[in-house]
Amino acid sequence: MDIKIALAGNPNSGKTTLFNALTGSNQFVGNWPGVTVEKKEGKLKKHDNVVIMDLPGIYSLSPYTLEEVVARNYLISERPNAILNIIDGTNLERNLYLTTQLTELGIPVVVAVNMMDVVKKNGDKINVGELSRQLGCKVVEISALKGMGIMEAAEEAVKAAGGTKTVPQHSFSGVVEHAIAHIEEAAVHNMPLEQQRWYAIKIFERDEKVLEQLKLDKTVLAHIEGDIRAAEKELDDDAESIITNERYVYIASIIKGCCKKKNAGGLSTSDKIDRVVTNRFLALPIFAVVMFIVYFVSVSTVGTIATDWANDGVFGDGWHLFGIGSSAYEEAAEEYAVPGAVTEAFEAAAEEAGLDPEDAADLETTAYLYDDDGNVEEEIPVTYDTYLEAAGQEEPDPADFGVWVPGIPVFVEKGLDAVNCASWLKGLILDGIIAGVGAVLGFVPQMLVLFLFLAFLESCGYMARIAFVMDRIFRKFGLSGKSFIPMLIGTGCGVPGIMASRTIENDRDRKMTIMTTTFIPCGAKLPIIALIAGALFGGAWWVAPSAYFIGIAAIVISGIMLKKTKMFAGDPAPFVMELPAYHWPTVGNVLRSMWERGWSFIKKAGTIILLATILVWFTSSFGWADGKFGMVEMNDSILAAVGNAVAWIFAPLGWGHWQGAVATVTGLIAKENVVGTFGVLFGGFDEVAENGWQIWSNMRAAFTPLAAYSFLIFNLLCAPCFAAIGAIKREMNSAKWTWFAIGYQCLFAYGIAFVVYQLGMLFTGGGNVIGAVIAFVIVAFILFMLFRPYKESNTLNTKIKIKAGA
Amino acid sequence: MKTLRQVKVGNLAKVVKLHGEGAVKRRIMDMGITRGVEIHVRKVAPLGDPIEITVRGYELSIRKADADMIEVE
Repeated sequence: MDIKIALAGNPNSGKTTLFNALTGSNQFVGNWPGVTVEKKEGKLKKHDNVVIMDLPGIYSLSPYTLEEVVARNYLISERPNAILNIIDGTNLERNLYLTTQLTELGIPVVVAVNMMDVVKKNGDKINVGELSRQLGCKVVEISALKGMGIMEAAEEAVKAAGGTKTVPQHSFSGVVEHAIAHIEEAAVHNMPLEQQRWYAIKIFERDEKVLEQLKLDKTVLAHIEGDIRAAEKELDDDAESIITNERYVYIASIIKGCCKKKNAGGLSTSDKIDRVVTNRFLALPIFAVVMFIVYFVSVSTVGTIATDWANDGVFGDGWHLFGIGSSAYEEAAEEYAVPGAVTEAFEAAAEEAGLDPEDAADLETTAYLYDDDGNVEEEIPVTYDTYLEAAGQEEPDPADFGVWVPGIPVFVEKGLDAVNCASWLKGLILDGIIAGVGAVLGFVPQMLVLFLFLAFLESCGYMARIAFVMDRIFRKFGLSGKSFIPMLIGTGCGVPGIMASRTIENDRDRKMTIMTTTFIPCGAKLPIIALIAGALFGGAWWVAPSAYFIGIAAIVISGIMLKKTKMFAGDPAPFVMELPAYHWPTVGNVLRSMWERGWSFIKKAGTIILLATILVWFTSSFGWADGKFGMVEMNDSILAAVGNAVAWIFAPLGWGHWQGAVATVTGLIAKENVVGTFGVLFGGFDEVAENGWQIWSNMRAAFTPLAAYSFLIFNLLCAPCFAAIGAIKREMNSAKWTWFAIGYQCLFAYGIAFVVYQLGMLFTGGGNVIGAVIAFVIVAFILFMLFRPYKESNTLNTKIKIKAGA
Repeated sequence: MKTLRQVKVGNLAKVVKLHGEGAVKRRIMDMGITRGVEIHVRKVAPLGDPIEITVRGYELSIRKADADMIEVE
């Protein structure tokens, strides 16, 4: 039988450091069932039969926050063999508050006083022997950061697991003890003796979750209620507050007896840093600089290089090892631009004239060089002679320059060709599986860079200051000040943006952030914006800013509306947050946190991304043509047929043709695919420029400007790409919430696009009555939701599954 | 009734009573703001809310609306 030890302690007490030091690489990271709270388990080093369960960082065992309920459910229903309670020696008073509650559970407790090195450096003294006597359990001194005393602490816990249960040493005031004794006798006397006190105190506090669990008889409850009332009357406070108060009074008396502070005056280093960092005038500029660095490195520079390398290199054609030969190749490619255009133009003209270019001596045509926006940069007259000259030049191959490493698809394709693989299987492997794996792994390098920053910001203490600085703005929309980082990162890529929401402690804020982050136009949506702006608005300057404006408005509106819905109204979110002392994090902890998050994305989000990519590949490359089923062009594919069938849904948005529907679906693989798909569907181009200028004129035929704008809005706001959906699923840890998020996004996108198109039509004189009426109803509904009064909930309604018994 | 919200930055205040109920009150008390404890108001966030206080030897941030529930002298 394994020995189970629960590691409990306040946030910022060094719990994670201790857990990592005790278990090393022997960890299993997951989620508590059905909730977004992280669950970590690990085997104690050199003790194969000892399992350490890292409980969420908590301040109390109240029934009001998700973390606390998860922790106490584990403690009371699984009943670990011992609790190792880590407390911060520099902040004994508040840390001991949890200890007083843990010792009541009837489970052996060992207290590890952390940061003893700092305590000693400050010249403070903690009398461990006296503390141990007062608390009634073993107390050891450790420094998790320095690795001092940690194995001893764990071994004490293992020893305690076999020993006697910890008996709480303190008592409440007379009238409270009297009531508790009555409750023990009346309500919980048939429980195991050591558990009675904890339950009795909870009943005294009128703890809803415990009362619900015990289902006490009405007469018993009424009897108990009399005792509680008497205590409340005598002490002039409510029962819950009485208990809390007395705990702190008791702790103050312990501290007096066993802790000597050298001096209270004088600023610590942390205080000095904080005076600057959250200074009234400097806080915002410093915040902006920190955010700029995070964004610049993890999105603009290193992140983009890493993502491009992963997507175009490893999962693309290939890459130059360490960039050797890249510049030489680019130079050669530039030089080839003119001969390339000449060759292409002449061959195209020859094909049109039905001639073999080699024999078309009399043919003349013109080659065009375009810039990035599709404007003609240069016209070159082409004759047979210039063609022959140009055709004689060889197109540069990147593989001939420097050290070329072919990408995985190239490599695999060669192998498949060598064994004469059937074309459908080749398609499945290359465009389905490898492209899907690439979609998962392509994000990882950038994510790791971002997670490195987040881990650093969190463990050094700055993350809490971000919440402190930004809270005023974000709380109005049901978000946390910490939501700023996911949103900011979301402008680059929504996937790491969603993953960054992990830093938000509050469950409701976190879910809200996950749901709204992808409204911000990410990097992959920029080509869609460029396409629409270029094709239908003549490249008007306002299209791109308006997309960001719509994104931000969508977050604000959704935040205010959603927090009033049933899904969100349940949980209270008091913002009483500790601002931990600044300290320098260890490299090991930061790297571990980075890797854990990256890996959990690969594992949890990977499957859904892969399956979805394969599905879309299959439906877009198979279909019926010439009376039989097989691989076909996209025009004949299953996806096109489905697009045709569902196109009517989008008719009220102004783009009821199947191309729009199909592009929206392929956009789910990656949003920039919308442009490529339009390239195929509107012009027959296999490859178009990033802004798709080749098909602008065809787009103008298919879309009115208003319809195109509504298409843009829908594609910006609707369900994000599969990778982001995977990330949402990973972070929500619940199918219900994932579907709710995706469903809400699609519905909201549809509603907004509908309103914009229908009202736009109305004001330009082409509207119809039904559409306009519905549009006004939608607007009225949104306004109603925005201004409806709202009251913060006072209890935690989230249902948490408890595994009964141990 | 004087509340924590009205205490000027840099000043000390002693908690007399906590108003309100349920989750927010419990959370405030769990963090160590109980009757009789001394609170030092350190600063106001750059945007005017929340405030930062020192209680029981550590730093805590609390919204002004919640600070209104804490009666001080």
